[in-house]
Amino acid sequence: MKKENAITRFIKEPPFHFVKRGEVTKKHAILVRVCAIAAALVLSALIIVILTGKNPFAVYGQFFIGNFGTPRRIWRLLQGMAILLGLALAVTPAFKMKFWNCGAEGQALMGGLVGAIMMYNLGASMPLPLFLILTFIVCALAGAVWAVIPAIFKAKWNTNETLFTLMLNYIAIRLVSFFVMWVSTDGSAVLPPMDSCAMPALFGQSYLFNILLVTILTAALYIYLKYSKHGYEISVVGESENTARYIGINVKSVIIRTMLVSGAICGIVGFLLVVSTDHTINANTVGGQGFTAIMVSWLAKFNPLYMILTSFLLIFLKNGASQISTAYRIDSSISDIVTAIILFFIIGCEFFIQFKIQFRHREKKGENK
Amino acid sequence: MEKEIALELRHITKTFGSVVANKDVDLTLYKGEILAILGENGSGKTTLMNMISGIYTPDDGQIFVNGEEAFINSPKDAFTYRIGMIHQHFKLVDVFSAAENIVLGVKDGTKFNMRDYTKRITEITEKYGFRIDLQKKIHEMSVSEKQTVEILKVLYRGADILILDEPTAVLTPQETSKLFDVLRKMREDGKSIIIITHKMHEVMSISDRVAIIRRGEHIATVETAKTDENALTEMMVGKKVSLNIHRSEPENPVDRLIVSGLSAKNSEGVPVLDNVSFTARSGEILGIAGIAGSGQRELLEAIAGLYRLDGGDITYNDPASGKAENLRDKTPIQIRDLGVRLSFVPEDRLGMGLVGNMDIIDNMMLRSYKSGKSAFLDRKPSRELSDRLVTGLEVVTPSITTPVRKLSGGNVQKILVGREISSSPTVLMAAYPVRGLDINSSYTIYNLLNKQKESGVAVIFVGEDLDVLVELCDRIIVINGGRDRGRQAHDKGRNRTADDEG
Repeated sequence: MKKENAITRFIKEPPFHFVKRGEVTKKHAILVRVCAIAAALVLSALIIVILTGKNPFAVYGQFFIGNFGTPRRIWRLLQGMAILLGLALAVTPAFKMKFWNCGAEGQALMGGLVGAIMMYNLGASMPLPLFLILTFIVCALAGAVWAVIPAIFKAKWNTNETLFTLMLNYIAIRLVSFFVMWVSTDGSAVLPPMDSCAMPALFGQSYLFNILLVTILTAALYIYLKYSKHGYEISVVGESENTARYIGINVKSVIIRTMLVSGAICGIVGFLLVVSTDHTINANTVGGQGFTAIMVSWLAKFNPLYMILTSFLLIFLKNGASQISTAYRIDSSISDIVTAIILFFIIGCEFFIQFKIQFRHREKKGENK
Repeated sequence: MEKEIALELRHITKTFGSVVANKDVDLTLYKGEILAILGENGSGKTTLMNMISGIYTPDDGQIFVNGEEAFINSPKDAFTYRIGMIHQHFKLVDVFSAAENIVLGVKDGTKFNMRDYTKRITEITEKYGFRIDLQKKIHEMSVSEKQTVEILKVLYRGADILILDEPTAVLTPQETSKLFDVLRKMREDGKSIIIITHKMHEVMSISDRVAIIRRGEHIATVETAKTDENALTEMMVGKKVSLNIHRSEPENPVDRLIVSGLSAKNSEGVPVLDNVSFTARSGEILGIAGIAGSGQRELLEAIAGLYRLDGGDITYNDPASGKAENLRDKTPIQIRDLGVRLSFVPEDRLGMGLVGNMDIIDNMMLRSYKSGKSAFLDRKPSRELSDRLVTGLEVVTPSITTPVRKLSGGNVQKILVGREISSSPTVLMAAYPVRGLDINSSYTIYNLLNKQKESGVAVIFVGEDLDVLVELCDRIIVINGGRDRGRQAHDKGRNRTADDEG
């Protein structure tokens, strides 16, 4: 017994512990996030001063200049958001169903590839409006086909969709490279822009169409997930396949149907990138955004409306960071560090939204007795 | 003889947000006694035990172990104070053997030597009369064996105070009595045991004293010998509860569902159902008795169209049209499209019957969301149904938009049974509908089943508590190893005893 007490004497009461909060109010959640961003900015400022000796406020100012400095930069911000948001929307129905679609990259690329093929071969053969509508549809179809292949394999043979969709990305990239090599006659492996049959600029703004279309998609997907019977089935299948079976949902057909939707949206983004924006294609057209989109979707807890905010955050940081390295001619690592700190705090603060620190008041209790 | 105090709680308070789980709880545990903790679902028993075992930290109050104030910040600290808890959900590594699980994570400074460890474990098993194969892998074990491993884990770590959270909920009566024998031996050895259970007769048979918790507050601690079941129930619920199940005589029963010769194999090709036949009649409760895992789940799922059958027929006599339909090899949707109003309360409430992360409204919709031609959901009827159920069945919930996983077991079950009944079924199947429920909630469920029976529904009730089966059911079949082993029609005098079904 004596020995036991000797051991236990070392266990002291900790000064604080974490307690799960009950109901979390919206106001509180926003407050915590604002504090987190403020703390991140303070910490980043310290690092900037220590490492570069530059005025941190001026550096932060460059974030805003990089994003809002000129109308062109604002358009670029909105365009970046539109593409990233579009891809995030695409992966969301699949993720809600717990189908880990890591193939947005390839699905968008396939949509873009079909768009480029259409432009190259049929661009001059029909009236432009008809051509654009037709291309839009086949791009969506191409994305859907690329997405439904792993879905069918998953439904029939329970294959691992993560690996399957990742592999299909590489195939899509190779197909694009092959196409470009095939058609570039001068051997440069670059396909010159095909402006004559591309989506014309709306009101003189080349990005406006993309932005409008993704806005419509966001609203549509929000309604689809929250208010439609399909959306409800996606939630049930995602939460519990057993429950889905029990109420008579055909799980396989829901998986296939949802991946068709997911892939089609990717294909549409491919259309936006190739037919509406670049008017050409290369293997880097999507540029890894199919993966960043997963983070956008997840940070927004799969809510399409919140994804507007998360995609803004990521594009804002990216554009701001590149502005900083140009303006100060410093290595881009500094801006990467700042971006990482801000992201870390934003993701980390989720813990403090769910939990609070509770300090113990020993003295107070002593008085009460 | 003055009894020595092993553990003492003083003014323990714990809140989760605005919910007070425990309020100013005082509790004393003596050395060498078995203390039963009694309380309804959600009354805060498990939270209190979790604070003793270091999973939660109290917001206020003190814990004393052997007379000294203890700060238990983690389960590891709890073991330093020689406190161990056996949780409701086992925490074992499936691919490891029993012995490996028991020694896992123990740092005693000795070299890893499985033979030494096994010897030490064997000393414990012999001392207290456990019967277990230490080399057996966890995934090959029955629930009762897994529980034994959990208890050994705690004893191996030298615990003098053992906390068991509803250990008997998953055991057969025979396994329970074996467990109780072991617990009594530990008590003789001077160990202190806290046991949480809902079953009154177990409280009466095993405990020395009973502490009653109601809505997070400690109501009283009484000596078991000086009290009885009715008094305990009254303290626990806060009002008098009748412990008799009313059973009315069936009114002109008609054969509603005729099951004949059902056979099925599981995914490994082992027969789980072997030529099972019975008839469920309208206005009757048919009981299905048997040790858990004897094919009850597969039987009900097969009737509901969720389990593939190798043989047999399921015939449904439609009361509206008078036609007989064969339900075999039909999907749940096809069964519904035939106009068969078959309701099913599955054993796995949150894993099958409900979706834990969805709120009450969306869970109400599970059965009916497809109605109407629109591509969009109509949440209005299910919102009304949710309101009706919450009021009618006295479901304790912050609101109908609360995710059901946040509700306590009894309230979850009320939601599930309520939904299944709301579609006015002609056949109602319920698998272990009162498992893990407190007395009050259990009687609510019994009454609901009885009401269904009185309104002419053919009720099929799978239960494990024979006393309840005998009191509630009009006829009982016994299922064993996938075969039906006998049936009993109830006499008018209701003088069957549990032994008959044995």
